[in-house]
Amino acid sequence: MSRSGEELTVADREATAREATEPARVAESPTPREAIFEVDDVSVFYGDKRAIRNVTLDLHRHEITALIGPSGCGKSTFIRCLNRMNDLIPSARVEGTIGYHGENLYDASIDPVQVRKRIGMVFQKPNPFPKSIYDNIAFGPRVMGMKGDMDEIVEGALRRGALWDEVKDRLKTNAFGMSGGQQQRLCIARALATAPDVLLMDEPCSALDPISTGRIEDLMMELKRDYSIVIVTHNMQQAARVSDMTAFFTVELDDDGSDRTGAVVEYDATGKIFTNPEDKRTEDYVTGKVG
Amino acid sequence: MTGAQIAARAAGGTSVIPRASGRQRFAELAFRALLLGAVGVGVLALGVLLYDVAADGLPKLSTDFLTKFPSRIIPANSGVQSALVGTLYLMVITTVFVVPLGVATAVYLEEYADRNRWWNRMIEVNIQNLAAVPSVVYGILGLAFIVRGPLSIGNVLLAGGLTLGLLVLPVVIIVAREAIRAVPPSIREGSLALGATQWQTIWKQVLPGSIAGIATGVILALSRAIGETAPLLVIGAAASPRFNPDGLLSDFTALPIQIFVWVQDPNREFVSLAAAAIVVLMVVLLLMNSIAIFLRNRYEQKW
Repeated sequence: MSRSGEELTVADREATAREATEPARVAESPTPREAIFEVDDVSVFYGDKRAIRNVTLDLHRHEITALIGPSGCGKSTFIRCLNRMNDLIPSARVEGTIGYHGENLYDASIDPVQVRKRIGMVFQKPNPFPKSIYDNIAFGPRVMGMKGDMDEIVEGALRRGALWDEVKDRLKTNAFGMSGGQQQRLCIARALATAPDVLLMDEPCSALDPISTGRIEDLMMELKRDYSIVIVTHNMQQAARVSDMTAFFTVELDDDGSDRTGAVVEYDATGKIFTNPEDKRTEDYVTGKVG
Repeated sequence: MTGAQIAARAAGGTSVIPRASGRQRFAELAFRALLLGAVGVGVLALGVLLYDVAADGLPKLSTDFLTKFPSRIIPANSGVQSALVGTLYLMVITTVFVVPLGVATAVYLEEYADRNRWWNRMIEVNIQNLAAVPSVVYGILGLAFIVRGPLSIGNVLLAGGLTLGLLVLPVVIIVAREAIRAVPPSIREGSLALGATQWQTIWKQVLPGSIAGIATGVILALSRAIGETAPLLVIGAAASPRFNPDGLLSDFTALPIQIFVWVQDPNREFVSLAAAAIVVLMVVLLLMNSIAIFLRNRYEQKW
């Protein structure tokens, strides 16, 4: 994995951005390149079939990391390893280690429920619960047994999700009555209500129109001051616009062409991936020659 | 072309669109008539049956008929109180017995069971089969295990309720599973991703999302149980008792049993009482089904 001068500028830019918007945070904020996930040689199997192989990369705190690549290359499989959602598929098996703040997420003593309380997730299709807007947000804090004024928690989450002004007068109405873009921001706000420190987003804008997509991108830029974000996207402009680091995944066929396995081709600062990638396959993909 | 020109051209008989032949039109019509005929046979049979029952039974219906106990001797002094009360008690016992058991089984099969394990697949297949077992067989089961045998509680109300419960349990499991399966996986994922445990996800998301479907299914299953005669005859429901059941371990009868007793009577007067009792049973049945339809329309979750 190459660490170039580009990376430094990204870090600098981010630090400057933080300073400009919230000077008080700088002193207490950790060094900009602190790794939050250290993924080491991770392979995922569904039964006998290997879905991704030997992924090794570090994901950094207060950055947006984009995972790009063609369909079926294992981006979603990978992101679902980070909060142990793959545990829900009985045949799925994860090899290798994923360090999270220095602890192995896949250690036998780790309870996946506790992992998911710290690592929130937003899905491709907005999936609000068939309840009121208020109850959607309050669900996470309630199951966690969070103490404090629930109204305040709900308002805070909706504000962070850039939804408060639109819904403050109809908190008790059913979330199914919202537009798709609002529903997705509700799902983001819902994930934020439990105060996670990482937000995983699996193609969060693929079901949304460009205006809603723009709002969610703005929101992500806001959120990275407080959270670390990992996003899977098929939209390369989106990756280029919002992310600090980009990992390019691809599908590799084995010798007889029968098995398809996802693997990381290149992982680097977003600017480098999109302007001066090391690998020919990355270049072909980001310039639209393949995929 | 103006409308007049188009009309003139159509009259001239030149066209690029081929018209349907008389034969094709006839085939279409004949097929529709055939389908309508099939519907007609069923509706007509039901209509005749209802008319026949109503014509015989309605003149006998009165408040007295509902409040009096059956008499063996004087038809005019006969009523269905003990049968109606018995049927209502039976339904309550059956519901209390079958809902927790059926829903718990459905939750296990849908949310916990690993379908790759042979024993889970075997349970599934057996539940499907049990739903198709003739009701008299459940009567024999009730007689051997509840009335006599291990439980030996005698031919009492509780035995009747439990036997009917066993009869509809497979149906309740199947409808509850369908209702649970209708809750999309994305709801479970959303809940689990927020750090809810599997149990919290089931209790706070899956069950509330499927409760209307479960309730509707349970009521429809009960409306099967309410008309069952054979199992109650086998376990030994009382014939024309002149008292209501006064507890779970009391003798009992039910509407279908009372109807069965009356139609067998050589006295024609008693036979028309059976028709009146059928009307009562049908009204109870219709009420239950309307509740089911109401629940479905009012509370069913659209995903």
